[in-house]
Amino acid sequence: MSGDSPIRVVLAKLGLDGHDRGLKVVARILRDAGMEVIYLGLRQTTETIVDAVEQEDADVVGISMLNAGHLTLGPRIVDALADAGLDVPVVIGGIVPDEDRQALADAGVAGVLGPGAPAEEVVAGIRDAVATHGW
Amino acid sequence: MVGNRTVTQLVAAARGGERRATARLLTLVEQGGQLADEVAGATHQLVDNAHVVGVTGPPGAGKSTLTAALTTLLADRGRRPAVLAVDPSSPLTGGAILGDRVRMVEATAAGVFIRSMATRGHAGGLALAVPGMVRVLDAAGFDPVVVETVGVGQVEVDVAAAADTVLVVVTPGMGDAVQANKAGLLEVADLFAVNKSDQPNAADARRDLELMLDLSDLTGHRRAGLPERPTIVSTVATTGGGVEELAGAVDDHLEALRSSESLAVRRQDRRSVEVRSRLDHLLLEASAAAVALASVDGSADGEAPGATAKRLADHLLGGPDHTR
Ligand SMILES: Nc1nc2c(ncn2[C@@H]2O[C@H](COP(=O)(O)OP(=O)(O)O)[C@@H](O)[C@H]2O)c(=O)[nH]1
Ligand SMILES: [Mg+2]
Repeated sequence: MSGDSPIRVVLAKLGLDGHDRGLKVVARILRDAGMEVIYLGLRQTTETIVDAVEQEDADVVGISMLNAGHLTLGPRIVDALADAGLDVPVVIGGIVPDEDRQALADAGVAGVLGPGAPAEEVVAGIRDAVATHGW
Repeated sequence: MVGNRTVTQLVAAARGGERRATARLLTLVEQGGQLADEVAGATHQLVDNAHVVGVTGPPGAGKSTLTAALTTLLADRGRRPAVLAVDPSSPLTGGAILGDRVRMVEATAAGVFIRSMATRGHAGGLALAVPGMVRVLDAAGFDPVVVETVGVGQVEVDVAAAADTVLVVVTPGMGDAVQANKAGLLEVADLFAVNKSDQPNAADARRDLELMLDLSDLTGHRRAGLPERPTIVSTVATTGGGVEELAGAVDDHLEALRSSESLAVRRQDRRSVEVRSRLDHLLLEASAAAVALASVDGSADGEAPGATAKRLADHLLGGPDHTR
């Protein structure tokens, strides 16, 4: 990736729950930080996320999970991307108890953002995930 | 080299059906520079198999929803469609929210290849990148290749108009047809979809469009290619209404181009336009460099700005050397 191209981030919400207000806020934060947000919206599946990351040649994927389930869904996305030959960091947004963070990190999840994380933290979380991920 | 593969290897993999390779080639072309030139060199003789379809129209007209419905139908019929969906970057931050995939979940599931793209500030870059990206998708065996742009800026309209078939999407109400006329969309349209025909006033919208076309018939304001008046199809993209008819009209247009031998003419025109925009780009770079390097302040000999420009132009274009 050449230095001056914007970070391309796929943003999606897994599962059936809720509305997309929070996800839209995150999309705007990342756009305002100069990123290109490929917005998938609600009710995404592992397959639609993997397809999008592949076709969009994304640098990073951000997935919001409202309800518990991150311990199974997070690693599942990481594995599905790896199975598709896609070496792309995964950042999870949602309510993740501290004691689960290490388990997610061990499973290859690059970062976790809690609900209501301030804009700078969201931007830094995505940037760091890209920067520390080897190409 | 890109990762551990050469451009040639990536092109071979893309042609073998590896979507990851196609996606990476698209990135290289979008970023421009030397690797983009390499991709162009490796793909430009592998093309002209795809039917290139431009889709444009006002924001919110249903272009993405309609593109998704159309390409899903074609994928179900055994074709291999790809979509390049272009949306504006924020002029302030350079970032963008590319939301077209939200309308294309079914199309993704049907196997349609979808790529979102931001205009990245300098609209000129779009005109340079899109033709090369269409070539990558064509060379990778996708057909049709659909390019969606918002029909508000001249460059966006031009980019969608650089196609074999140009579909303009309008909706009832809000004077879409009038707006489309103002934006210059009427002259470039081969086909119209009056989308959201489930809404009131759909018949009025169709009639407005017919009237507008009557007018442009009178003024002879239509681009070269086909003499015929554009076909109008009423659609409801959200339910699939009219989409079969639209698919038929898109195919018929290509057939008409083929049988009148206008297809080759159109593709040659497209090539000329691309050469022209690349040449413009090179000349702009050269003139910026010339101004930066030469002495242009006129303090030395009181030269007028126009005379300085003329001297530099002569130099750039290989005329008599007057640079100092
Ligand atoms: N009622 C109705 N709504 C539609 C139709 N086609 C699209 N829409 C809606 O119009 C909005 C904009 O659609 P979109 O495809 O994103 O428009 P674009 O900006 O032109 O790409 C979405 O909410 C669609 O669901 C239609 O035929 N009828
Ligand atoms: Mg759209």
